[in-house]
Amino acid sequence: MLVIRNLKAKIEGKEILKGIDLEVKPGEVHAIMGPNGSGKSTLASVIAGRDFAEITEGEVLFDGENLLSMPPEERARRGIFLGFQYPVEIPGVSMVNFLRTALNEHRKYKGLDPVSASDFLKLMRQKAELVEMDSQLTGRSVNEGFSGGEKKRNEIFQMAVLEPRLAILDETDSGLDIDALRIVARGVNKLRSPQNATILITHYQRLLDYIVPDYVHVLYNGRIVRSAGKELALELEKMGYEWLKEESEAL
Amino acid sequence: MTMETIEKDLLPDEKLTAFYEANNQVILSASSDVLNHHRTKALENFRKLGLPKYRSEDYKYLDVPALFRKEYTNYITPGRIEFQIDDIFRCDVPALDTHYAILLNGFYHDHGGSLLELSNGVIVGSLLEASRRYPELVARHYNRYAGLKEEGLVSLNTLFARDGIFVYVPANTTPDKPIQLINIQMHEIPLLLQYRNLIILEENSTAEIIVCDHTLSPQPFLSNAVTEIYAGAGARLNYTKMQNQHNASALINHRYIYQERESHVNSTAVTLHGGIVRNNLFVRMAGEGGTNISSGLFLTDQGQHVDNFTWVEHAAPHCESRQFFKGILDDFSSGAFSGRIVVKPGAQKTNAYQKNNNLLLTNDARMNTRPQLEIYADDVKCSHGATVGQLDKDAMFYLRSRGIGYEEARFLLMFAFANEVLANIPVVPLRARIADLVNKRLRRELSPCNSCPMHCC
Repeated sequence: MLVIRNLKAKIEGKEILKGIDLEVKPGEVHAIMGPNGSGKSTLASVIAGRDFAEITEGEVLFDGENLLSMPPEERARRGIFLGFQYPVEIPGVSMVNFLRTALNEHRKYKGLDPVSASDFLKLMRQKAELVEMDSQLTGRSVNEGFSGGEKKRNEIFQMAVLEPRLAILDETDSGLDIDALRIVARGVNKLRSPQNATILITHYQRLLDYIVPDYVHVLYNGRIVRSAGKELALELEKMGYEWLKEESEAL
Repeated sequence: MTMETIEKDLLPDEKLTAFYEANNQVILSASSDVLNHHRTKALENFRKLGLPKYRSEDYKYLDVPALFRKEYTNYITPGRIEFQIDDIFRCDVPALDTHYAILLNGFYHDHGGSLLELSNGVIVGSLLEASRRYPELVARHYNRYAGLKEEGLVSLNTLFARDGIFVYVPANTTPDKPIQLINIQMHEIPLLLQYRNLIILEENSTAEIIVCDHTLSPQPFLSNAVTEIYAGAGARLNYTKMQNQHNASALINHRYIYQERESHVNSTAVTLHGGIVRNNLFVRMAGEGGTNISSGLFLTDQGQHVDNFTWVEHAAPHCESRQFFKGILDDFSSGAFSGRIVVKPGAQKTNAYQKNNNLLLTNDARMNTRPQLEIYADDVKCSHGATVGQLDKDAMFYLRSRGIGYEEARFLLMFAFANEVLANIPVVPLRARIADLVNKRLRRELSPCNSCPMHCC
């Protein structure tokens, strides 16, 4: 589904990604862990199509097609979803208008008719329940005045409405208390299927107690320095990231 | 009687005064004593003040003499124009049934009587006719507020004004429907129009007024229009203005609002389209406890220029004023905002606020904003803020990352920006209708105004 080969990217002349290789297949959950500043969020943004990094080498393929030449909206319509670390507040654009526009763009891409107003409201209610989001929030402007937890829940809510094939959740767990974390994780787990894949980007092991990954990758200084099964997360939890530094300096 | 008959090498100011002197008998004899009473003084003032100079303090970004240098026929006598109101005008505001008055090229267009007099004493109609039928009432207010700030263009209007719309709401009265004033410009030759509106709300009265400016033929028009509004003690007025003119038009619009004790005036001006638009707004809070809310929104593209100038004067204590102006500028259009809050000595406990936000969609669009405070009292709360920016890149990416295309994402953000001003329009169906027009305008689907079948108000 997603194939990344030797991806290198610079931001303002500084190399942030120094040759990433990663393959994600349908049904898999990958966790990408690593200390702050290792390039996790840059990787997520590059896949979603934010044009802030200069790609200097490598390729990113989605269903065998070159993702890097597509605008972000096309990547989204093909099934990629980025759960933002810092969801953006957009005053004056209502949640309903925003999500209906987005959903209809997805439907148009698939050759389907726009969703009717009543079907859409039904869908909103049903998906809001899934992530236990206060339905009052859907009547407001996008993320405006939402608490940190509400914003994160809203990301999962949008994911539930748009039903992506590949969801990249960037630090969705940061700033969440245990209850909120559990709700978010439950939402993600309910949306898991053999056709879909998820990339969880996280700093802490905590989220992985609730969403069990098939693979764990450690990103450090722009490179994936270790890949293994879910046990790697526990190892990291015990040992911290210090050993990484020593290991990579030794290289 | 056209401007061309006056020598061409004169300055525009001299041309105008020479034209007046050559035609003053025509103007005086066709007018009323009430309106004529002010002309001698107006001529004297105009000679002294002249047209505002380009780059002068209040006209830094608009060259008024250049506008007057173009050839226009000074339209002081209404010509016969075949005009079938039912063919051309269709009110498209759903659920908005109004009493309406039409100005055709600055003269009241008679559609069954030149004054509509309702049983509750409300009068809507021709200013000229009102000044003949109710000379004392009109004289008590006419040209009393337009002098709040000395302005050559206003003296010029007073010098030439022949007609306009008159609205009178007696004390403790509310008209049964909103009042709609429609300015239509339509002629085979370019015209200079100087109409004059007078709106009087006596104490504790309430009114909802909607004003639309339209051009219905492609000729250039230059308007120098004055509207005086008097809000008596405890009166409440909602005033919504829509400007939709073609690119060859120039509209200079002066709105003077005089507010007595505990009056409440909420006015919004939406400039959808227009070649050159200058909106001057002067407010005087003359009595204690009054509230003034003034907002404006303009949308420009190509070479259009919209200039908003405000002057809100707190002359009495315990008043509140809020100004909220926004502009969205596309292509190589330009805009200006100059807003002043003046707090006079003794106007304690004033609460005055001003905000001006602008969105530039291209690198060639230009906006100048000048917020100004002038405070002569020590116990007041005044604030102002101005921004000129571009569409938020983070918000754009957020929308696009959900599958919304670039154009649509841009449109959603522009509309959200504009809609904040529209939220100030209290009448819901009118607000919805204007929102729809703004929506069309932003999508560039609004029909050019000279072929506009008047679907927009």
